[in-house]
Amino acid sequence: MTGPDAPARGPWRGAARLALVAALAGAAPAMAQDGASPAAGAQAADTPVPPGPTRTTIPAPRPPAEEVVAGLSQDDVAITTSFDGSQILIYGAVKRQTPIPAGPGLGVIVTVEGPSQPVTVRRKERRAGIWINAEQLEIGAAPDFYVVATSAPLDTLLTPESDTQYRISPALAVRSFAGPVEIEDATAFTEALLRLRTEQGRYRVDEGTVRVVEETLFRADVTLPSNLIEGTYKARILLVRGGRVVDVHRAPIEVRKVGLELWLYRLSLEQPFWYGLMSLAIAMVAGWAASTAFRALRRT
Amino acid sequence: MQIYLPIAEVSVDAFMLVALGGVVGLMSGLFGVGGGFLITPLLFFIGIPPAIAVATGANQVVASSFSGVLAHLKRKTVDVRMGVVLLIGGIAGSALGVGVFVLLRRWGQVELVVQLSYVVFLGFIGLTMLRESLGALRASRAAAPPRRRLHAHSWVHRLPWKMKFRASGLYISVIPPLLVGLAVGVLAAIMGVGGGFIMVPAMIYLLGMPTKVVIGTSLFQIAAVSAFTTLMHAVSSNTVDIMLAVLLIVGGVIGAQVGTQWGAKLRAEQLRVLLALLVLAVCGKLAFDLVARPDDLYSLARGQG
Repeated sequence: MTGPDAPARGPWRGAARLALVAALAGAAPAMAQDGASPAAGAQAADTPVPPGPTRTTIPAPRPPAEEVVAGLSQDDVAITTSFDGSQILIYGAVKRQTPIPAGPGLGVIVTVEGPSQPVTVRRKERRAGIWINAEQLEIGAAPDFYVVATSAPLDTLLTPESDTQYRISPALAVRSFAGPVEIEDATAFTEALLRLRTEQGRYRVDEGTVRVVEETLFRADVTLPSNLIEGTYKARILLVRGGRVVDVHRAPIEVRKVGLELWLYRLSLEQPFWYGLMSLAIAMVAGWAASTAFRALRRT
Repeated sequence: MQIYLPIAEVSVDAFMLVALGGVVGLMSGLFGVGGGFLITPLLFFIGIPPAIAVATGANQVVASSFSGVLAHLKRKTVDVRMGVVLLIGGIAGSALGVGVFVLLRRWGQVELVVQLSYVVFLGFIGLTMLRESLGALRASRAAAPPRRRLHAHSWVHRLPWKMKFRASGLYISVIPPLLVGLAVGVLAAIMGVGGGFIMVPAMIYLLGMPTKVVIGTSLFQIAAVSAFTTLMHAVSSNTVDIMLAVLLIVGGVIGAQVGTQWGAKLRAEQLRVLLALLVLAVCGKLAFDLVARPDDLYSLARGQG
């Protein structure tokens, strides 16, 4: 199943060459990424979860010394019947008006976050000799998928404060609870969520997988697993210098079921009765066909 | 070949599902059971969410039992009247079961109840079958079996609302068949099984039906009740995955036909001992899982609990 990533290679080469030329020339052509004009960190209060105070601690907009210009090999992923995961290439360059600053080197962090959904975490307990689900905690919104790719170990790139502010580590991406928390050790439940999702490969930190060339060009290959759910995935590219985030670029990735998958999924939700009847009809026809076919076989 | 299931939202190997359906179909052809009691736990095992496994299992049972009913109707070994009475009970039971299922899902206890039901019923049926078939093996080796009466009269025959069931040669109250149907309907909805393994012994021992119409009538009722259950699950919780069902059915119907042919060549008592051992093995595994300390105490479920 190499189909999906084959076209991914093409744009990378072209765009990278273009970016290289742009960077070397020192000019700053608009790398027309629709709506991608880096908003000078003004919207840096990165809140994946809607409720929450708006942050005003960011200094007034001033063109940053370094801006990120980035593109995606795909901005939509189609879930077809034979969908077997997908690879998205996130590439780009650093745009700057001044020479490369001295001091700590440039780091790049790329995150891709799936749609947030409520999740129920349950804990089993032994009651009367058998293990049953006893306590449960509802987590209001946790991304179904979350991957962080970095150019160096995360703790050397970021200060804990920046990590918290931008919610980069998986542990920080899962934060809100639904309803009153009636359980004393709620952290044990959130830890279990992180651990289980990490075991399933849904939460991942890939340190050192972003390649940075000459502090100017970068590329990251992000693998999306086969058991994706639908929705808008959010990609973020963060430029980091000296533990602080210098610039952020955001881009959506639409993951949609298409064709038969979409049709069946919609039908099952919108016309459940007819969907059920269709399932039955298929079952009956299959049962009838098999018995007829085998009777014919036996006769010959 | 990986295939993405639209409702379960997981990607699985299509050939594995066809093979799984085939193996279960083979069993069902060999032993004359729907095979739902095997397919549902196997689907849990390969990572299909339990609610979807149960609902889709019911859909698969429709295919295998419908194919059987056609054959039996042709041979006139279906007591349609009895089937309809069982069905009335069955549909009420199925509606009740789907309601219970929705509640259990909300409480997060689907798995527990499904597994417990499996352990209790499979254990009971497996042991009964094993004892009975071993006894039959021994008897066939010894002498001619003792002559049995057509059916024994018991408390069942003293209940009101009697009705004639010509194909079965019975004149009994409709209450016991209604109750049997109800119990099987509830099981069908909660466990994703047809309930043949409950129905067949109940028809023989409780209702006293002649063996020749038992299988056909039970398949008639199973096909109808699981069709109703599938529809109810599709409407009330959108948990029928048609793609999964089709793959299982393709394997299942072929396996069932092959199994039927093999079954004709093997000895009935030996088959029953084998089936009893298989049932007990599944039961033992499920019981062990309930009692043993799980690998991980925590589990996740999408959505609000």
